[in-house]
Amino acid sequence: MNNPQSTQSFESDSELDVSQHLQAGTTLAERYTIQGIIGIGGMSAVYQARDMHFPNVTKLVAVKEMVNRALDPVVRSTIVRNFEREANLLASLEHRAIPRIYDYFTLNERSYLVIEYISGHDLEELVNNSNDFIQEERIVRWAIELCDVLSYLHNHKPEAIIFRDMKPSNVMINAQDHMVLVDFGIAKPFQAGKRGTMIGTEGYSPPEQYRGEASPQADIYALGATLHHAITRRDPRLEPPFSFHERPILQHNPNVSSVLVKVIERALEYNPEDRFQTAEDMKSAMLGVANETGMLSNISASISQAVRPSESIQPIWSFKCEDEIRGSPFFHNGVVYTGCYDNNLYALDANDGDFLWKYPAEGGIVSKPAYFDESIYFGSEDHRLHAVYIRTGRVNWTYFTKGPVRSSPFIAEGHIFIGSDDRFLHAVNATTGRPAWRVDAGSPVRSTPIVANDLVYVGSEAGDFYCLDFTGAIKWRFKAKRAVTSSAVVSKGVVYFGSVDSTIYALDAKTGWVIWRFRLGKPTISTPFLQDNLLFTGSVDGAIYCIDINSSKEVWRYTTEHQVTGSPIILKDSLYCGSVDGCLYCLEFRSGRLRWKFQTEGSITGTPVVWEDVISIGSTDHRIYAFEA
Amino acid sequence: MLRKIGKILGFQKDEPQSSLHDGEADTIPIPDEKIRAVVQPPVAAEQSRLPQLIAGCAQSVGRLRDHNEDAILVYSTLFSNQDSYVPVGLFIVADGMGGHKHGEVASGLAVRVVAREVIQKIMLGFMDIHPTPPEEGIQEILETSVMTAHRTITKESPGSGTTLTAVLILDKHMSIAHVGDCRAYAVNGQGKIEILTRDHSLVKRMMELGHLTEQEASVHPQRNVLYRALGQGEPFTPDISTTTVPESGHLLLCSDGLWGLVPQDEMVRIIQASPSPDSACQRLVSAANTAGGPDNISAILIQLPDFSD
Repeated sequence: MNNPQSTQSFESDSELDVSQHLQAGTTLAERYTIQGIIGIGGMSAVYQARDMHFPNVTKLVAVKEMVNRALDPVVRSTIVRNFEREANLLASLEHRAIPRIYDYFTLNERSYLVIEYISGHDLEELVNNSNDFIQEERIVRWAIELCDVLSYLHNHKPEAIIFRDMKPSNVMINAQDHMVLVDFGIAKPFQAGKRGTMIGTEGYSPPEQYRGEASPQADIYALGATLHHAITRRDPRLEPPFSFHERPILQHNPNVSSVLVKVIERALEYNPEDRFQTAEDMKSAMLGVANETGMLSNISASISQAVRPSESIQPIWSFKCEDEIRGSPFFHNGVVYTGCYDNNLYALDANDGDFLWKYPAEGGIVSKPAYFDESIYFGSEDHRLHAVYIRTGRVNWTYFTKGPVRSSPFIAEGHIFIGSDDRFLHAVNATTGRPAWRVDAGSPVRSTPIVANDLVYVGSEAGDFYCLDFTGAIKWRFKAKRAVTSSAVVSKGVVYFGSVDSTIYALDAKTGWVIWRFRLGKPTISTPFLQDNLLFTGSVDGAIYCIDINSSKEVWRYTTEHQVTGSPIILKDSLYCGSVDGCLYCLEFRSGRLRWKFQTEGSITGTPVVWEDVISIGSTDHRIYAFEA
Repeated sequence: MLRKIGKILGFQKDEPQSSLHDGEADTIPIPDEKIRAVVQPPVAAEQSRLPQLIAGCAQSVGRLRDHNEDAILVYSTLFSNQDSYVPVGLFIVADGMGGHKHGEVASGLAVRVVAREVIQKIMLGFMDIHPTPPEEGIQEILETSVMTAHRTITKESPGSGTTLTAVLILDKHMSIAHVGDCRAYAVNGQGKIEILTRDHSLVKRMMELGHLTEQEASVHPQRNVLYRALGQGEPFTPDISTTTVPESGHLLLCSDGLWGLVPQDEMVRIIQASPSPDSACQRLVSAANTAGGPDNISAILIQLPDFSD
């Protein structure tokens, strides 16, 4: 208030040339077709759009467009990065009063955020378009919901989120009459370049916010101001700042109970220390109001848990074997192959799960099959590497090792590389089944070897990680503190793998030098999955981790109910991963936010396989499942 | 052609337990020409071009300051042995804080502490009779060294502060440790320039550009988040990232005395038009002085080996 001329909000000045707005019918990112404008602000616009990835149903989304006006390229890209960081933060929020974030992207000077479309009106419209006061019961119920979501934000870890801009136009009332917060200030970085920007909106923001302070008590003040506006129908933006006490509620609306007036007045105290100290405190006070006025019974049903229940999801098919499936299925040319502890390798029609053939080994099969030249290859507890013709399911050849084979085959240069509990890494000619060489790894080899740039990488149960050339000569060796059961992945000259010593390692692929180490909560045997400079892996601590491979910083983690021993995989923008808790999880891969989960009747220890738009996973409930991705 | 790095580093030698080619090993799973490619270098092995890092640098007090608070370090080496080469380089720019006492003490300490730790823990490993890789990861070593520098400055020169941007090149990997608003850029052969660091002072930059008044900046939501410096205030973590060294072109490290005055296009034009990194740096610094030279100016330019073929 020391500087009123600098506190103008942007709703009124239409800086954007209307002709620059997206026309109906425009499709963004080959996916979101604009249907119309929902709202226009100073530096941003919100459109209603249809998500064309769902061609058979009309899935509406809201697309927020922000224009980047900075001229300096560094400031411009900083703004975009801040936007992206903010989008990632928002995407990690999970509360029914916060819209879901589906996507974000930047095209030239415009950045876009794709969010859940909320059908309904904002509170400002509701107040303006009605001639009468809103029922007190309704306002109390909304207030409780708003306290609930503020409490969720203020208790966000690792850092509290302060909403900063609570006001009637930022609160939507959805079709079920629930509150949804719609503007998370994501556009702020874009506005910051304009002179006269003020954080928060005049009329609703508390005194201290004009000094640049943001605290939970600031949001509580703004909520009080919002409720005051809704209940008195007097717009605080048209009044002198901080003058609520000059407009007593009962003077404008005599039908409000005095207990509610007290709660709102306390939220609007000039000094932050005189207000409710937490949103929970204000929520209990509001519940007290509901209790005293006898409206509690109507309310309790509507303030249930904050977490959105997963959608019900059903497999498109499932197939039951005769024992546990602990390994990972494999897809090739319309057929899904899976090993099972009933000793069989099954071939199933990928479209409907129909049985095609099975091939009996003499021991359980945990090895993930691989394909080469009309045959399927896999290892078994029966000590053998099996080669089976895909057309007939008959044996082509078998190769004996001296221990159970839990490693999976990797095929390169016409040879199969596979480890065995006999401590050797074997290189076998794929056509003849004859050995080329074997290398003593000193301990059982259960990880899957991989070949990249003519070098072979494999880990052992004693924690040795080897890099070999094609002659089997050791180029370098790295020693982890405990077993390396996880298989490695190689990208841009760096090899990544996890260890039972609870560490993810990134080593120079040529020398074995450590570039970085990332500590997990507990051991891992999950093979990392790489996408877009992000590494995804599971851990025995029950979490699925997402790590930035350049900075080795955690991006997010999602905690399941039990160990995660299989590996995550990504299809489009979804990550799929099983857990020993029996669920297959589908998460947004950039945010780690849960999309859905499906509970099997056993544990999931393997890795899913994807083809086209289908995802398949085995469970120890003896079944293999296929889902629409 | 860099396949034998391991041999130079030497740690595959002490590998006693590999029993290669035991009785059953009769064939090799690859054609002969592949094996030759593996065990022999290309016949006409680059006789004239070793993949060295050619660095130049320049500094100026500028036209308005009376002393230089910037500090730089240029350390470039090449190990070549048995047809394999490992370029190794460490390049640091530190900008002591203006307005504080002894900015040059802080920047000097930062450069020395980081350089000493990196050279001790990483570089000396190369020179050992029995070379061993460091036990810590490269990123951990960088982070520890920056934090050590931070504590050293806090202790030895309280009240002063400095930014620090360090680039460590080990063969094909490039690790950057960064705090503050010096910058590292990659400029490719086609003149495309990419900034590799993120300024920790967005608000300051916006004020310079006239997008924000001081008063607006004081209530800007990012005013705390994006400001970090060694020797100043609360503990922090440096930005550390490791990426692949670009296949060709240049790396430029500079203080804000350069990047704040000379537009990117101009920097690229100077780099491309100069016969050597050293003369490019001289010209870059002159350009900043011509533009007013309000601050100290430091530039390090590294010409990268051409891996693009």
